[in-house]
Amino acid sequence: MSLLELQGVEARYGQVKALHGVSLAVSEGEIAAVLGANGAGKTTTLRAISGTVRRAGEIVFSGHRLDRLGPEAVARLGVAHVPEGRGTFMELTVWENLRLGAYIRRNGSFKADTERIFKLFPRLAERREQQAGTLSGGEQQMLALGRALMMRPRLLLLDEPSLGLAPLVVREIFRILGELNEQDGLTVLVVEQNASIALAAAHRAFVLETGRVVVEGESAELREHPTVRKSYLGY
Amino acid sequence: MSQFLQQVVSGLASGGIYGSLALALVLIYRSTGVVNFAQGEMATFSTYVAWTLMDHGLGFWPAFVATLAIAFAGGVAIERTIIRPVENAPVLVVVILTIGLLILINGATTWIWGGAAKQFHGPFSTRPISIGGVAFSIQDFGVIGVSVVAVALLALFFRFTKVGLALRAAALNPGSSRLVGIRVGWMLALGWGLAAVLGAIAGTMAAPSLFLDPNMMQTVLLYAFAAAVLGGLESPIGAVVAGLALGVMLNLLGTYWDFVGGQLRLPAALAVLLGVLLLRPQGLFGRMTVRRV
Repeated sequence: MSLLELQGVEARYGQVKALHGVSLAVSEGEIAAVLGANGAGKTTTLRAISGTVRRAGEIVFSGHRLDRLGPEAVARLGVAHVPEGRGTFMELTVWENLRLGAYIRRNGSFKADTERIFKLFPRLAERREQQAGTLSGGEQQMLALGRALMMRPRLLLLDEPSLGLAPLVVREIFRILGELNEQDGLTVLVVEQNASIALAAAHRAFVLETGRVVVEGESAELREHPTVRKSYLGY
Repeated sequence: MSQFLQQVVSGLASGGIYGSLALALVLIYRSTGVVNFAQGEMATFSTYVAWTLMDHGLGFWPAFVATLAIAFAGGVAIERTIIRPVENAPVLVVVILTIGLLILINGATTWIWGGAAKQFHGPFSTRPISIGGVAFSIQDFGVIGVSVVAVALLALFFRFTKVGLALRAAALNPGSSRLVGIRVGWMLALGWGLAAVLGAIAGTMAAPSLFLDPNMMQTVLLYAFAAAVLGGLESPIGAVVAGLALGVMLNLLGTYWDFVGGQLRLPAALAVLLGVLLLRPQGLFGRMTVRRV
């Protein structure tokens, strides 16, 4: 059964329509990737789900309609969105950023969860009292991921985690994502320009072109798909 | 020397009042980017509420605590009903609205309580107390103490509580705050409530020495503006420090420079403000924002 289902979702920025009826489904426990060129609507798709852009159409998450809810309410249902640019609270410390991730949670121990995040990302533990704005790009991406995980989300929306990072750091981040997915059954919907790394990590993928899903399927299938190979993998 | 010490202490007392009101301005400015021109009138109104409670037989401290609670509720209510509908309007619209609010509250105060000045009995004795041969006013020490405690409590609240952290987060980055589930709209309302509480403290501390009338806080608000801008508008610590410094400096100028005396204090404050802004446009504690174009 799918955890998240989008049916004919449209979104616009003022007069400009960015999504022209996106339909896709993500099953519980899988990593799904959204691929596409600049301006295809990848980021907007995530925004439509989390409610940070005006949208129409049907978005169902675990039995709840999301399409009328604002971002606070969507977050409270268990959807964590790491937005474009990571959304770090630059002026606050690493520890405070993590604390904010756990803002809506009432159950569970905050301390145990921070320990878990620090175990996943030892670099953050060393810098816990440091201002987040002073972290390197890779550390900030880890912090963004950590902040999202502190929400104990049922669905993680990730926008371009590889952007501006060294290949080694990107590999590390996707390795950790895979680990969280396998061990905790975390469901992830990740937007990526780097198609090869996304297809290696994801179970399924959707290709967006001008605000529509044009190709979808298992990652293994898509790797052999002629247009995907030509346009996104480059061979 | 003893005159100098007396003037410093009484300057710190007025400075504590300026600082509290300046801090109220900074709280709202940081979260919404708007300077609340009605802050002084809100404080005056709260002070009248305290006066009424005391007039009905309550002691100062019970009336004080009740007034702070009423001020908090009033601040939240103003944000929800008047400011909220224009949340996404240009800053100028909101600023004009707060000026309208200033006139409205001033009118309401005069309508309810009349324009005549009332005597407001503070909690502190006006008797002098002698320390090391120098006579100080007990009231000045009391006002300094209350301001310090209020500011310290607020600082602890922002630094160590979850809601305080959420308030800071909502002011710094509303978009990301929503994504972690913080109800940013309510955080703004809470900010207005806290600002109103600070105003009520400033008002009730100022009233015993100023007499209570509907325009009581207007001059104080100008000093508070000067302090807030001197401190850098974004900086809570800056507002408090600048408020104290301004209070002391004006007192000393008034005492030792006959030309300034008692009459030219306000122009002197504005001259200081102008001077600092010419040399440091970002204020003493502010950060310069450099934009690449």
